[in-house]
Parts: sequence; structure tokens; C-alpha cells
Amino acid sequence: MKFFFSQPDFKGGGIMKFSSYLLLILGAFSLVNLSCSSGAFDGQVPISGGSSGVEIAERIISLSPTATEILFAIEAGGQVVAVDDQSNFPDEAPMTPLSGYTPNIESIAEYQPDLVVASYDPGDLVGGLEALEVATLLQPAASSMEDTYVQINELGALTGRQSEASELIESIKSDLDEIASKKIGKGLTYYHEIDNTLYSPTSKTFLGKLYSLLGLSNIADPAIESGFGWPQLSAEFIIDADPDLIFLGNTDWGESVETVAARPGWGSLTAVEKGQVISVDTDTSGRWGPRVVDFLIFVRSAIEKILG
Amino acid sequence: MIASTNDKNCVVKPVALNKLQLCLAVIAVLITAFAGLVFGPADLGMRAVIQELLNRLPLVDFDSGLSSRQQAILFEIRLPRVVLGLLVGSMLATAGGAYQGVFRNPLADPYLLGVAAGAGFGATLAIVSGIGDGLGFLDPVPLAAFAGALIAVALTYTVGSGRGRLDQVTSLVLAGVAVASFFTAVQTFVQQRESETIRQVYFFVLGQLRTAGWDEVTLLAPYTLICITVIFLARRHLDVLTVGDEEAGSLGLNVRRMRLVIVVAASLGTAASVAVSGLIGFVGVIVPHAIRLIFGSSYRVIIPLTIFFGGAFLVIADLVARLILQPAEIPIGVVTAFLGAPFFVVVLRTAWKN
Repeated sequence: MKFFFSQPDFKGGGIMKFSSYLLLILGAFSLVNLSCSSGAFDGQVPISGGSSGVEIAERIISLSPTATEILFAIEAGGQVVAVDDQSNFPDEAPMTPLSGYTPNIESIAEYQPDLVVASYDPGDLVGGLEALEVATLLQPAASSMEDTYVQINELGALTGRQSEASELIESIKSDLDEIASKKIGKGLTYYHEIDNTLYSPTSKTFLGKLYSLLGLSNIADPAIESGFGWPQLSAEFIIDADPDLIFLGNTDWGESVETVAARPGWGSLTAVEKGQVISVDTDTSGRWGPRVVDFLIFVRSAIEKILG
Repeated sequence: MIASTNDKNCVVKPVALNKLQLCLAVIAVLITAFAGLVFGPADLGMRAVIQELLNRLPLVDFDSGLSSRQQAILFEIRLPRVVLGLLVGSMLATAGGAYQGVFRNPLADPYLLGVAAGAGFGATLAIVSGIGDGLGFLDPVPLAAFAGALIAVALTYTVGSGRGRLDQVTSLVLAGVAVASFFTAVQTFVQQRESETIRQVYFFVLGQLRTAGWDEVTLLAPYTLICITVIFLARRHLDVLTVGDEEAGSLGLNVRRMRLVIVVAASLGTAASVAVSGLIGFVGVIVPHAIRLIFGSSYRVIIPLTIFFGGAFLVIADLVARLILQPAEIPIGVVTAFLGAPFFVVVLRTAWKN
């Protein structure tokens, strides 16, 4: 009975890391309803609760791994007092057992934060914090880089790091422009797998849009209307489509080049036969912060290797 | 609870199965299986599929024009999926029919005694604890689900089988409710602590044939064959049980022993099905009732026909699951419930008219 009551130890993060994708999916879902943080940044930060409007936050709690990465990237890390149990980057982020999925208002309040950043609002987190007069900023999963830039600006405004935020955005933009200028994957098709029940992002998702920057075409796009852009594909459809590249976003979860090759019928795929099954990092491919650049550089170099 | 026990009008007249009914059932299986092989998001062409199937016969050689990848789709994805659909559908429907007879309860389904809750609990534990992660060759989730299901039924039977003020049927059903609630509560508790696993457990609960291969078929087939055979051999006893425990006893049937045999067979088969395909609802209720309405209420008719129509129904449901949003899929449990809920209404209305 031990494993009921103690936190199981996952090899390399295992299931926990899957949460990044879960958030992207939840984000896709919530964007449909809320459509917050879309469009350009107009200087207004949609925080709720707290005593006054925009002021410089000095005791921030981040319950969103992406927000944590942004805060540290704009040099506001010193103003962060606690981050949630999934915020594993950067190393100096003060990780705590706080959960962004099942947040406990009392545990959050113990840190006496003046701002809480979350990526979604489970169990009326925002309402609970409002009652305690703690300001909350909701930054749901981005559906495009524009959303990311808005979120960076919002955090810049709340931390007094406007110029760092602008610099970060410019740097990301120029990196992405450079990556997109080559379209190295033009003419290649891909399938990105987030779990072994064959859920996959289409080109209308944030992740799909990143792959599009490389010029890759997505085999899941015929199902673009299903599952808020995250359809669960038929195995036979994937085999029939025969993608040139397979990206595995679930290697922390027991999937590997070998397990993919061993699936019924998958051995005949071009990507499997030619060794073009690529494991990608769950965190950089599942978050929408500054490290999307790292993710794309990784994918680009993997494609370069394949193209020789 | 069982008001009709002594009502002579309710005693089922044993009717033998006629050949026409059996032919119809076999044809239904053949047609649905064929449709399951021909249609799917990958367009193989009916003619090519037929030629490729005939090619597998000795001394036949057609050039179907299918690439090796398309052959893989046919023989490694669609065929095992159809076979698994037939096995799981037959097993769940037959188990449901047997439960309805043994418990004299029209709403009894194969999950009545806690199989579903036990399996869900077992699967959740396996997923959360990460047992066997990276082993690759052995997926621990089905095994844990199987074990959980059997533990739950065993517990229900132990708790509910005492001799007391309630008759055995009532007390077993109530024990099933208690055990299922308990396992569901523990499962929810574990899930709350490990919320990242909710999605995975959710898919398990909805049921799927989608990732099926021959491994699952080999795993399930022995259980299905044995359990269905046992229930088939007990079909006459099920007819006798419909008159109530006391009268069945006076007719010379050892009621408690027979009930135990049938429940063990139905639960074991259900547990094995759940382990490979998750929880697929309504098959166990819809199919036996449809057959009861159309062909008569003797278990000598219901059980053999349910074996065939149960499989055919699930193959059709799986076909709908993979075609309706293609190339995306929907969980098969959604399809069976979507067809099953309106069917319940029909069953009810027909019952009123009679």
C-alpha cells in the first residue's frame, strides 16, 4: 500500500512531464472560450484581485512552468518566491511542492505573494485568491507566438522589467526569423506524437505552428477540426500517410524508437526504416516560453543530420 | 425485490434455437467482419482487400496491388481489431445475458459485481506507480486491471454470499454496489493525488480497440473461449433459474453452485476483456435485450445468438468510431453508449406495450 501515500518516484520525470502537453490541450480548450491574452499588448495587464492596479510585484508565485521560464528570462527571477512542482527550468527557480493542477489556496497564501501567475484556473483558484486580496494573472497556453509575446510583456509590466521583456521578444523574433528563413523541412511530412493513444497536434496548434516555421507539413491536418486541433488519429491513417519524420514527445513516458517500431504495422513506415524517428524534449516542445527557440534549433539540427 | 418469483406466467417456456436464427447470426458476423476489414481512413479498395484475403488461402495467387504498408494495415491493424471486436463483443454481451439470468435483473450488466471499478482501480494504480515503465515487452496496465477486476468480484462474492435475511441475489447486487463505490472512491483519491494521470485513466475507462494487435487477441482468446463455452453449456440452467431460487431448487438444481459457476465464468471473461479493451459500456445490456425482444426470452435462444450478435455489434461500433471523424477517432465506449442509451428507451417502451 506504500505507493498510495508517498509520491512515486518517476524515472526522469515520466508521467509528470506529460503535464506540459496536458496544459497545451487544456489551453487550446480554454482559448476557445476565453480568448484572453490574444492580440497585441496594449499596456493593460488583466490581473484580478489585489489592492490596486499595476504595480511592481516583489513576491511572485508562478504556478506555470512557462511563466517561470519567462520571469527568469526577463531577469525578474529575484522577485519570484516560489514556483510550482512542474517548474523545473531554470535550475535556480525556487521549486516547491505547490501544484498548478490542484492548487491549495492556503499553501499559496503562506508565501504571502503579491502576485500569482497561473496557466489555468482550476477549482476557482482566481476567486479564492481574490478573496485573500492576492493579485492573480492568468496566462493560458498560447495558441501562437503573438500570445507568448503578450504574456512576456504582461510579466515585464508587472515586474518593472519592460525593457528586458522587449529585448527578449526581439531576440526570440530574430531567432525565429532566422530559423524560418531557411524552411529546411520543406517537402517533408511529419507526425508528432504526444502519447501512445496517438494524440497529435495539427498545424493550428501552437506546436504545429512551430513545425510550420521549418517548412514541414503535418500529416494530422486532415483532422484539423477535431479535438481543438489535437485529434486522436487512427493508427492505419498514420501508416497510410507514411510520414517522413516521426517526433516522439513521449519518450519520458516509456515510448522509444524501438517501441514505435514494434507496434503492429509500424515497422513498414519510411521513418522507422530509415531511422527518422526523433525523440524531442517534452518540456521545450510542450511549453510556449522563450525555449521554443531551443526546441526548433534541436529539430532543425535533427533534420540537417537526416538530410546529410 | 423479485415479485415475479412465484408468478407462473413469468416462467420462460424453453424454446430451442432454430437453424434460421443461427444462420442469421452467422451472416451478421460475416458481414460486419467484412465491413470492418474493408472500410477505414486508409482507402484500400474493396476489391484489393478481397483479393488479398483470398491470397492467404493455399493455392490462390492474386496480385491485389496493395503495397507492403497497405498489407500491414489490413493484416496487422484491421484484422486483429475486427477479431478483438468479435471476442470482446461476444464476451461482454454473453456475460451480460448470463448476469441478467442469474440475477433475474434486466439491468444487470457485466460490470454489476464491481468488475469495472476493480479494473479501473487496478489500471490507475499501474499507471500512477509507473510499474513496468520502460520494460516495453510487458504492459502492466492490462494485468493490473485484470487483477483488480478479479479482486473486486471475489470481494463482492465473499461479502454478499452469506445466508441471512436477504436472498442471495439481492445481497450480491447490494454487495456489488458497495464494492464498486469503494473501489471508485479509492481510485478517485489516487487520481486526485496524481492529477497528471487523469487523462490516461480516462481513456482506459472509455475503452478502445484502437491500439489492438495480435498480442491482445492471443491474450484474450483463451479466456473468451472457455468462459463463453461454460455459459453456453449453462443456458438451460439459466432458464431454470428464472423461476426463482426456491423453485429452481425444488426442480433439483443446486442454485448456489450454479450461480457461482456462471458468475465466475462471466466475471473472468469480462475481466479479461476489460484488461485489453478498457470499459466498453452498454454492449452487455443492449445485445441480450435486443435478442430477447426479437427472438424470445429463453436462454437457449438468447445465449447462442448473443455470442454472435454481441461480436457483430461491437465490430460495427468500432467501425463507426473510426469512420465518423476520420482520420481522427472517437472512443468506442462513446459509440456504444450513444447507440445504447436510445435503445434503452425502446426496450422500455416495448415493455410497456406488452
